[in-house]
Amino acid sequence: MTSPTLTPTRIGDPVDRVDGVAKVTGQARYAAEQPADRLLYGWVVSSSIAKGRIVAIHDEDARAISGVVEVMTHVNRPQLPRFDHSYKDALCVPGSPFRALYDERILFNAQPIAVVLADSLEVARYAASLIEVDYERETHNTDFTVALADRFVPQDKRSGFEAPKNRGDAQSAYGAARCKIAADFHLPTHYHNPMELHATTVVWEGDGRITVYDKTQGPQNVQGYLSAVFGFSPEHVRVKNPYVGGAFGSGLRPQYQVYLATLAAKMLERSVRVVLTRQQMFSHVHRPEAVQSVALATDPSGRLQAIINDAATSTSRFEDYMETVCDWGLMNYACENASAEYTIARVDTYTSGDMRAPGAATGMTLFELAVDEMAYAANIDPLEFRLINYSDKNAMDDTPFTSKALREAYAQGAAKFGWSRRTPAPRSMKDGRELVGLGLATGMWDALFRQMAVHARLLPNGDLEVATAGSDIGTGTYTVMAQVAADTLGLPIEKVTATLGDSSLPESPAEGGSSMAASVGAAVQVACRAVAEKLLVAADQIEGQPLGGARLEDVTLAHGRIALKSDPARSISFGDAMSAAGLETIEVEDTPASRSGSSGQSRKSRNTHSAIFAEVKVDEELGVVRVTRIVIAVAAARIINPKTARSQILGGVVMGIGMALHEEALTDHRIGRCMNRNLGEYHIPAHADIRDIEVIFVDEPDPEVTPLGVKGVGEIGIVGTAAAVINAIFHATGKRVRSLPVTLDKLLDS
Amino acid sequence: MDTRVHDDPSHAGTASSVAGAREAIPISLIINGRQRHFAIEPWVTLLDLLREQEHLTGTKKGCDHGQCGACTVLIEGKRINSCLVLAVSRDGAQVTTIEGLADGDRLHPLQQAFVEHDALQCGYCTPGQICSAQGLINEGHASSGNEVRELMSGNLCRCGAYTNIAAAIMEVLDKDGAP
Ligand code: FES
Ligand code: FES
Repeated sequence: MTSPTLTPTRIGDPVDRVDGVAKVTGQARYAAEQPADRLLYGWVVSSSIAKGRIVAIHDEDARAISGVVEVMTHVNRPQLPRFDHSYKDALCVPGSPFRALYDERILFNAQPIAVVLADSLEVARYAASLIEVDYERETHNTDFTVALADRFVPQDKRSGFEAPKNRGDAQSAYGAARCKIAADFHLPTHYHNPMELHATTVVWEGDGRITVYDKTQGPQNVQGYLSAVFGFSPEHVRVKNPYVGGAFGSGLRPQYQVYLATLAAKMLERSVRVVLTRQQMFSHVHRPEAVQSVALATDPSGRLQAIINDAATSTSRFEDYMETVCDWGLMNYACENASAEYTIARVDTYTSGDMRAPGAATGMTLFELAVDEMAYAANIDPLEFRLINYSDKNAMDDTPFTSKALREAYAQGAAKFGWSRRTPAPRSMKDGRELVGLGLATGMWDALFRQMAVHARLLPNGDLEVATAGSDIGTGTYTVMAQVAADTLGLPIEKVTATLGDSSLPESPAEGGSSMAASVGAAVQVACRAVAEKLLVAADQIEGQPLGGARLEDVTLAHGRIALKSDPARSISFGDAMSAAGLETIEVEDTPASRSGSSGQSRKSRNTHSAIFAEVKVDEELGVVRVTRIVIAVAAARIINPKTARSQILGGVVMGIGMALHEEALTDHRIGRCMNRNLGEYHIPAHADIRDIEVIFVDEPDPEVTPLGVKGVGEIGIVGTAAAVINAIFHATGKRVRSLPVTLDKLLDS
Repeated sequence: MDTRVHDDPSHAGTASSVAGAREAIPISLIINGRQRHFAIEPWVTLLDLLREQEHLTGTKKGCDHGQCGACTVLIEGKRINSCLVLAVSRDGAQVTTIEGLADGDRLHPLQQAFVEHDALQCGYCTPGQICSAQGLINEGHASSGNEVRELMSGNLCRCGAYTNIAAAIMEVLDKDGAP
């Protein structure tokens, strides 16, 4: 380990992840890894039909196995509330949330219908295999293409949903134009599949309290949900998630394992652990299936004259999940005539939900495939085409951006990638027997900011603790917190302890939407500044006031000392200041104002942008595509930690490559079940699929976007990446594949 | 009306066949250098033994089917998916898990390289990646980046830390190879 340095850590330093050592030594404990006395293992039994009713559950054989304590079903479960409002979590969407084991109705395939509770994992698993269920089937439909006949515009919008806004007259402009394209694109259902299985350990404390270790992105959301559903008073429910083994959106809303584990704990008054199987990870939230119909037209110089961008995504029969799919193309490109319609269609599955860059990963990616087709139709280089149609403002809302360095991202990315070596004609570049393709796409995401609170505590020796209820799902939140705290008080990061993942800590929204770094960073800074103010007040108690009543702007904080800027020789230590005031600690809890000085200003758009360049090599005889190089240039304002931020981008790019080439849930619509529900058949990128990825952070100073001038980077890496890869495949092969992923069969037959 | 088809036939059985499975069998394992004795049922995997009975939860479960590599440990220095090993079949074996790699407070070179290269995000695949990398080094077949990527492909990382993982492993390989 690097020896602690006394140099203060600064925002912008590429420091190592502070939770790295716990993770590489196996000391970090995840939800299924918390010990509990007299623990029962719950094994979930899943329905084998997609729609209908349970007529009978035959659990006698299971109950006969020694070690089985209970088989919990809709028949014997404890009482549950009747009305939907009790089941609505803070991030719910319009509709009627799923209630496991509520009654005999089956709403989707692999719905949890029973939980076997036993004193060992093996007994629970075995006994679950003995349960027989009689069903009465009803006709289901899981085929989205069939459901599209009944697509509709959702009336009751989920919070945060932005419906597209039309401008000009896109239909007439499209009709009148000579140079145009129209195409339909399809994205299959994706499952998040974090490596950690969804799991919960409920510790029955015996005094009416429960401590719940849950795989979630929002412990306070789960706390509120469990209290409302199970009738606990909120202070009796403490939800912890100090380590989360990835989530990508799958832990935003409470998942059914936490509900089942808590229900069982309440029924048996014992500690219970429920871990889903990998198969069962394909029975809940997923990125919706989507179709997007894009029509574009240009004038002879390549200027866009019309954008028509309609899309539909899948949702369940019981809730209306919707995401912002259509807006991205309309916001990003200058064009006087643009229209879009967003609809949803119901299938008999669990409700779809947010997955990394929800809406944009679908809508911007598919739009960027169409942009490439348009550029070719107009006979213009795809990069040149994007520059011709560049918009300095948000073209849909007609609002300025707080910053948009996309032009620089295109330029720096193209230079690094060597775009100029590209010969435009498809099939014109080769490397030995392989065809080479170079492709490009644009990415865009929101720069979100959410108010949250942070608790800070300083000790006289300069040890500093900062804490909030938020989560680190692999995103680097611990590190960002510690780094901003260290920067604010001039400490080395080794002196700072960041605590997260506990619902009893100060209020924080769920980790999601790339909002956390900007939000928690601002809150940490505000809290640590308040600590510094208190230090100054304490310093004034020192005899003779060596700092002469200086204010925060008059001093520097470094090495555990406060020094006057005007006369650095005049300084006092934190410890001396605190002891003069008789303080053993300085503690503060604070929340920053909503946005930095945004009141009274006209509305502005806040977004991150990226330019992604992909090189592919295609072996045409075998149809094998290799992504040999990606260069992604990201404009995301100020980067708190270039090392962990780069990792976030890399992760998004890898998922984007998977979206282009691998990921696809395959459903047998006759039984309404996802058939490739395992990691052997639901393909995600493996080591051998990933070659060079270069990340560039473009300089984009933006003091206005959020208090620290930070935009998040968790999602931007995935947005558009698949389009860059697929556009490169076209350049290599001359084949347009419009249905993702681009598997070898599609390249061989088209 | 119809009757349920078993979702997962591998676990289906009859109530009577369970009796044998529940008979405890004495075995011993040397786990991270410490001799441990168990009386375990034949259906207990090495992975579940480590996690649920030894509380060595550094070894992760990502699929329980040999498809993800999160459960990789070293048995006699060879990397293996511990979810596919019935513990009783390895009586007497030397098992090294992620908890056994560091030398007290001094990180193992792979652990150190993973931290420095930020070869992890959520950290859930990480113990498996590191044990697998040690197994790879022990095998002695990999020297180029391409070989590392190919031979590490049994360890999935959904956070997509692959390039950093490969860089961390290459650094250790290069140091190991140096005279
Ligand atoms: S848990 Fe063993 S390979 Fe996935
Ligand atoms: S670090 Fe999260 S799965 Fe690899």
